[in-house]
Formats: sequence, structure tokens, C-alpha cells
Amino acid sequence: METFLDNVAATAQKISSPLQVNALENEAIYIFREVVAQFERPVLLFSGGKDSITLVRLAQKAFWPAKIPFPLMHIDTGHNFPETLEFRDQLVQELGVELIIRKVQDSIDEGKVVEETGKYASRNSLQTTTLLDAIEEFRFDACIGGARRDEEKARAKERIFSVRDDFGQWDEKNQRPELFDMLNGKIEHGQNVRVFPISNWTELDVWSYIQQEGIEIPSIYFAHQRDTFIRDGLIWSAQDDVVFRADNEKVQERTVRFRTIGDMSCTAAVESQADSIDKVVAEIRDSRISERGARIDDKRSEAAMEKRKQQGYF
Amino acid sequence: MEVLKIATAGSVDDGKSTLIGRLLYDTNSLTDDKIDAIRNNSEKKGYDYLDFSLATDGLIAEREQGITIDVAHIYFSTAKKSYIIADTPGHLEYTRNMVTGASTSQAAIILIDARKGVIEQTYRHFFINNLLRIKDVIVAVNKMDLVGYDQSVFEDIKRNFQALNNSSSYAEQSVTYVPVSALNGDNVVERSTHMPWYEGSSLLEHLEGLQSVDVQEKAEFRFSVQTVIRPKKDEYHDFRGFAGKIKGGDLTVGDEVTVLPSFTTSKVESIYFYDQSFESATSGTSVTLTLEDEINVARGDMLVKTNELPMVQKEVTATVCWMDKKQLVPGTRYIVQHNTNQVLSKISEIGEVFATDFSGHTKSSGTLGLNEIGEVKIKLSKPIFVDSYESNKSNGAFILIDERTNTTAGVGFVK
Repeated sequence: METFLDNVAATAQKISSPLQVNALENEAIYIFREVVAQFERPVLLFSGGKDSITLVRLAQKAFWPAKIPFPLMHIDTGHNFPETLEFRDQLVQELGVELIIRKVQDSIDEGKVVEETGKYASRNSLQTTTLLDAIEEFRFDACIGGARRDEEKARAKERIFSVRDDFGQWDEKNQRPELFDMLNGKIEHGQNVRVFPISNWTELDVWSYIQQEGIEIPSIYFAHQRDTFIRDGLIWSAQDDVVFRADNEKVQERTVRFRTIGDMSCTAAVESQADSIDKVVAEIRDSRISERGARIDDKRSEAAMEKRKQQGYF
Repeated sequence: MEVLKIATAGSVDDGKSTLIGRLLYDTNSLTDDKIDAIRNNSEKKGYDYLDFSLATDGLIAEREQGITIDVAHIYFSTAKKSYIIADTPGHLEYTRNMVTGASTSQAAIILIDARKGVIEQTYRHFFINNLLRIKDVIVAVNKMDLVGYDQSVFEDIKRNFQALNNSSSYAEQSVTYVPVSALNGDNVVERSTHMPWYEGSSLLEHLEGLQSVDVQEKAEFRFSVQTVIRPKKDEYHDFRGFAGKIKGGDLTVGDEVTVLPSFTTSKVESIYFYDQSFESATSGTSVTLTLEDEINVARGDMLVKTNELPMVQKEVTATVCWMDKKQLVPGTRYIVQHNTNQVLSKISEIGEVFATDFSGHTKSSGTLGLNEIGEVKIKLSKPIFVDSYESNKSNGAFILIDERTNTTAGVGFVK
């Protein structure tokens, strides 16, 4: 039978050894496929960080040889690391998928949110309004995100399909039970579901996957020279147009890398010499500090994440 | 790396959160900043020990009330395995969380307070582990420090529990008893020096020794189609791939398969995982299949091997655990979701409601309330392709979705 199969074989690599089972990868692919089957307008929330980059690879795997069947959306705070934005644009071009960008600056200009002031000013929590507006604008019914349960205590309680009401709010005490791997995506008009395909991955799982798959990530995840200053025992980027810095907070060049990437104003760097993925994985494996230990946004209070989530944050 | 999911269950104050905290601490899984936070919080509360429950209770209300409300997932790993603990609350009203946690787990830890012994909650936990066919159950008798590490206390509890075990109908289940003190770390990761009379392994040693064949059941090949992949690209113009996860058994190129509900047959032409094609694939893999013949296959259809057909049923009898405040009554309509197949259904009959205390007592009220477990007959608008839960776990369970509220209202286990 001389059919299309000959074409497929020409591009698909034929493997004679049996397919290995990577439980976490298979679970994530399964979740992606459920999203596309159960929702009309899904979107992948793309921050340019390692978790959302991992999501993109998993989505590629889930739908190959078809293209990723939904757009990516970036909520741009205006305080992003330039390296992340560069990376984002390149990736989108390679994949040939649609990228939607919505800017926190626009929400500020429209008077919907007010910029924080003072020493710890950040646009991190302002993102929520921009995100909810964008969900409404595009009538997205499923927003796929890279949150993981091991990141933070409130996230440990999160479902894989997490229903949000018309206001984007998370009702943490009244969540649908999720049994076996059956995902119930039924929602009312106006509601949306946040989907977390890598819920069960740990930070080390993500890094090991990036290593094993040879996935490209933004350069700031690797050790580099950066102008920094110290506040509250954390290493901040000296980027005076974005990050407040007092006169007595002295700038010094350090060899650092980022373990997690949010905004410049809410992500602290760590001192590191790890300039390759192998060294980064080794460093994470031996680390005595948790990933979100370098997230300034979580230091606001013990329940910072839970409160932000109730309001519609990721 | 191998992943083992474990459900934990215990009553209020059995020290479940402390046990998990201890497991994390003694396996070096708690980072310094987390330990600092626990130390600060413990001091603030005036405790003279580290309160490890602070490592797991995530919601504000949980910390305020010192209880666990919802299933939390906790992660740690050793050189051998990755562990995921589904920590489920032990309150009477939270049976649904226990069932939820157990549904994705391969092993379970049941916690008993050495001072209290086997109580009603213990019965319930064990009943649920049996219903869900958790193959490996560890009974951890905690707070041994508070009974002077007394062997006779442990042996008494063990005897009482074994009496339960004898009345359970699940013969392949393995039950292991470990005396522990979560607070002091006895027999959690390290063996205890306080209990020389105990010759078994520590809790973690037992978990480390579990092989995946110990906790998984053998089953036949089932493939519920999630979505059909049709790339709109020239090079794959005629490609029609059926995407899904293999549940049970394995599949090899050339195998003859039957598509349900149409009962058309074809042969497996190729098995793809991403851009690679494989000769064979096993249970647990999310693959894309192409068939030799162009036949009609849609989401919700099931591919099986032609010589291993499941039951094709338009009426199903199942043990149902009810999870909704609105009670289940005959005559009402629900959506049955079985794997990726959703069909409209009508509750035709509610039979016996089981007592979860192994007394064998049943009652028949004709309805099923929140957290009750009973036998239910359901009529379906279209057939589903099921196995008994006993013969294939992942193809023998379904959920019931309330059409009006969209909530997942219950779970059924096919008889």
C-alpha cells in the first residue's frame, strides 16, 4: 500500500526499542489533549519562564504532527527581563503559533489599576486585572498555566482543572473532586478553567526534563555578570528604571543566575557559577533553599499566594 | 524515575501532618528556608518542638484551625523513587476527599493513634482502601512514645486490625504494620532504638522496597480516544492519528483492534510518541495511533484488541460513593463520564447502602447521601465499554456529573 505513510516515515524517526514510560510526561500530554477536546477557546499562558517553556514542549508532543492548536498569551508587566522577551519572540516564530500580548501598562493608563509605590513596588499583583480583562476579551474558556503543586502551600491544594467564576476567583474550599484521571471540564458561560498540566512535577523534574530534552531556555537562567544590590538578604537587579533602590543600597557586579523568573521587581537572583544545564541540575539537586525562597512576591505574608489566587492570579 | 503515589489517612490529631513532615525532614526534603519558617511558627505558637504539620497545611483556614480541609499533594524523593503523597483529611464529612486521594494512589498509609487504637475512622479508611483496591496498605501505629513504646499496645492494635482484614474480601492486598513516633522520628525513616522488639522495616524502608509490579494490577489493553489529530500540512495530508493513553496491557504494530461502539476492526499501522514511531507501547503511555483502514473513530470511542472485548453496557450496576450535598435519588439525570466518553444517564435504582465498619450491615433508604457508599443501577442513553473495577481499575470506574451545577457529584466502581 503506497500511501501517506511513506511520507510520515520519512520524517518520523523509527525506534525499535520499546517506548519508555515517563509517568509525569504522559500525564501532562494526556491533560493537554483533554483541554483541546473539552474546550472551545483554550490559551496557554506564557511567561517566558522555564515552566511555561516546558509546557510548550509538552504541547508540541501532544499534538504532533499537527501544530499546537491554541495561541500563547503573555501578560507583559513592562518589567520583564529583556532576555525573556527576546526568547519569547524567537520561540513563537519557530513554532509558528499565534502570540497574544496584553500589557499591564495599558491597564494602568486606562485607570483600571494603580501602580504601587515605595520600596517594594511591583507590578506582579497588577497582572491579575490585565489577565482577567484579556480572558474576557478573547472569551477564553481554558487558560493553561505552568503552576506546580510543589511550589507553594496554596498551590498544593490546586486541582488540575481549576474552575474560576466570572470574576476569576478561586473558591478553594469548594473544589470539584478529581478522581482517577477523569477531568470534568463542564462550566457555565462566563466561567473559565485554569489548567495545570505539570501540577505533579517538582522543580527538579522540570530541570531534569529540560536537560534530557535539550530544551532551550533564556540565558538569564545561567550564570552571568549582573549589576545587583542586596536587600533583606536577597540579591536584587540594579535596574533603576524598574526596581526601586535607595541611595545607600550599593550596586555591585556579581556572578548570578535566576532560578525562577518573574518580573525584575519581584525576582531575586542567586549567586551561582552554573553556566550549563548540567551544572544547573546539579545545583538544584543540592540546593538547601526552596525555589520560591527567591520570590519577593511570596515574602509579603504567609498566605500571599492564597490571597492572590482567590483574586484570580495564577 | 519511578513515581509512587501514596494516600495518607488518619483522624484529627492522629499526627498525620506530623508524620509527613517527619518523612520530609528525615529524607532531607525540607529546604532550610522552610525549616526556618517552621521553627519561627512553632516558636510563635509556644511549642517546644518543631511542628511539622506547618509544612503541609496550606490554606489559611487550615492553619487557623489546625486541621486539614482539602487533599494536599506533597512531593519528595529519594535516590530510588519519587514520591507523591495525597494527604487527605480524616474528618467524618470528608470521605469524598479520601476517595479522591486514594483514586490516584498505588499505596496507602493508615494512621492509628496508639492511645486510641482502632476507631470508627480506621474502619472507614480501610473500607475505602479496599473499595478502591489499593494493593499495599501500611498501618502506622503512631504516638508510640506516649504509650512507653509498649509492645503489647502495638500487638493489640495489630490484632484488632487483622480482624478487620480477615473480613475484607480483597485477598491480594498486603497489609504491613509499623509502630512509629512521628514526633520523635522512630521507625519513620530510621529504625527506632526505643523498640528493639520490632524487627520489621521502617516506614520509608518499606516504601522503598515496593516494586511497581507489587502495586499494579495486570489488565487488558484499553484505549479511550481523546482527540483525533489531523494536521493541516501538506506532508501529512492524509494523516489521521487517534490520540489517547494506553490503560492496561500493551500494543504492538500489526495487532488487530476493534473500535467500539461501531465494532469495526482494523490493524495498528503505527504507534507514535511525538515525532518517533515505535514497534510497541505499554500501559501508561500517551501515544497517537494510526490504523491500516480508514474507519470512523471519534472522541469517546474505545480501541481494544479484537480478542479481548470489554463489556458493552447500556445499563450498569456499580458501587457509588456520593460526593454531593444534594442527595442521589432515583429518576434523576446525570452525565456519566467513563474515561473520555460522556453519556447521559438516569438513575434507575438505589439498592443497599453499605456500613463502612465491616459489620456487613446495610440499609436501604432508596437514596444516597453525601459521603455514603451504596449500590446503584444506572440506565445509559448510549453504551459504555467497561470492565469490572476488579479486573481493570482504570476502565472500571466512572464519575457522575450533575448537569445543573456541572460539579462532579459521585464516583462509581463497576461490579
